[in-house]
Amino acid sequence: MTGTMAAVGAGLAVIGAGLGIGRIGGSAMDAIARQPEAYSKIQIAMIIAAALIEGAALFAIVVALIAK
Amino acid sequence: MKTRNLVCIFFFLLLAGTSVSAFGQEVKEKTESEGKFDASSFILEHIADSHEWHIMTLQSGKNVSIYLPVILYSKEKGLDIFSSRKLADGNEYKGYKLEEEGDLQGKIVSVNTEGVADEKDLPIDFSMTKTVVGMLSAAIIGLLLFLSLSRSYKKSGISHPKGIQSFLEPVILFVRDDIAIPNIGVHKYEKFMPYLLSAFFFILINNLMGLIPFPPPFGANVTGNIAVTFVLATCTFLITQFSANRTYWRHIFAAPGVPFWLLPIMIPVEIIGLFSKPFALMIRLFANITAGHIIVLSLICLIFIFNSLSVAPVSIFFVIFMDFLELLVAFLQAYIFTLLSSLFIGMAIPENH
Repeated sequence: MTGTMAAVGAGLAVIGAGLGIGRIGGSAMDAIARQPEAYSKIQIAMIIAAALIEGAALFAIVVALIAK
Repeated sequence: MKTRNLVCIFFFLLLAGTSVSAFGQEVKEKTESEGKFDASSFILEHIADSHEWHIMTLQSGKNVSIYLPVILYSKEKGLDIFSSRKLADGNEYKGYKLEEEGDLQGKIVSVNTEGVADEKDLPIDFSMTKTVVGMLSAAIIGLLLFLSLSRSYKKSGISHPKGIQSFLEPVILFVRDDIAIPNIGVHKYEKFMPYLLSAFFFILINNLMGLIPFPPPFGANVTGNIAVTFVLATCTFLITQFSANRTYWRHIFAAPGVPFWLLPIMIPVEIIGLFSKPFALMIRLFANITAGHIIVLSLICLIFIFNSLSVAPVSIFFVIFMDFLELLVAFLQAYIFTLLSSLFIGMAIPENH
């Protein structure tokens, strides 16, 4: 049972990460559309924010791996 | 060759592949049953550390591996150094045995003369395991790169870069200009540049070496080992604490503008924050790299789970795509670790507001 719950927990964590990174990507697209010459700065900031959110999601994955 | 011909050949091969089944090699003696391929133990074995470097298993069942030295220190028997071939297949040597199952799986325990393992006092294991050899190879590669870089600077001075300089110099300048100076400040960043550069290149070289599966010094899962990332995070932690000045400690224990009756809550929260930041650094690097390796291994295992060759093109295509993503993650995680380390160091030596 704990194996299934761990898998469900990991899936829920990925939903959170997907939503978060999706919103960042969307805002980055809007910002680039407004000001195309700032493209590289926006891209760097987007990648950093995405990596940090992914770190949070991977916390949950690690807990799921431990719980299994 | 015309594209149409290529597409026809591809589909023909796909069709032919469904009639051929793939032979999966069982990795160790653990899976005795002939039929089912145990994907999870296969994957976990490739991620985990081990005392021997397993290269392949021949059809006859024999393992072809490089047996790494085992270095043990126990209070009764003293220092023992021997090849791990003596402990292969569960043999016992000089009173030591490699546990195969149970709680202490993968660890070396000392057995007394009857063969009963002593589960309380494990010998201290200084062995050169796969991870250690991978780390040392990465260190040697790093030393070769940077010593040759400094030698070429000594010979020709600060001139236009050529050779390995032109590859490394932009990266080093990037670490200085985009990571160290914005976060630590233009006056104080020089003291911390050695640590930031070492951390960045150590993590980068180890990540990249983990992606190459073959030959032996490559393909060791170093940064995906939580002990290694723990040490890296501890280095950052110690450096921030030892270079912190009084303003930093005042911020933790008596943050400005906080009414005094809120302090009993704020102080534990700040102390937890002190430890949780390096903890997050550790988990982020470990989980990103390990997750990448697990994904690539699972996609390859798909071929053996479905037991048919037609899955192979799809699987290999996905593996190539995931490998590109892993390449990006390798650079990104090195960058993020260094960026956050410099951020924490910068927060610990705050200038006046």
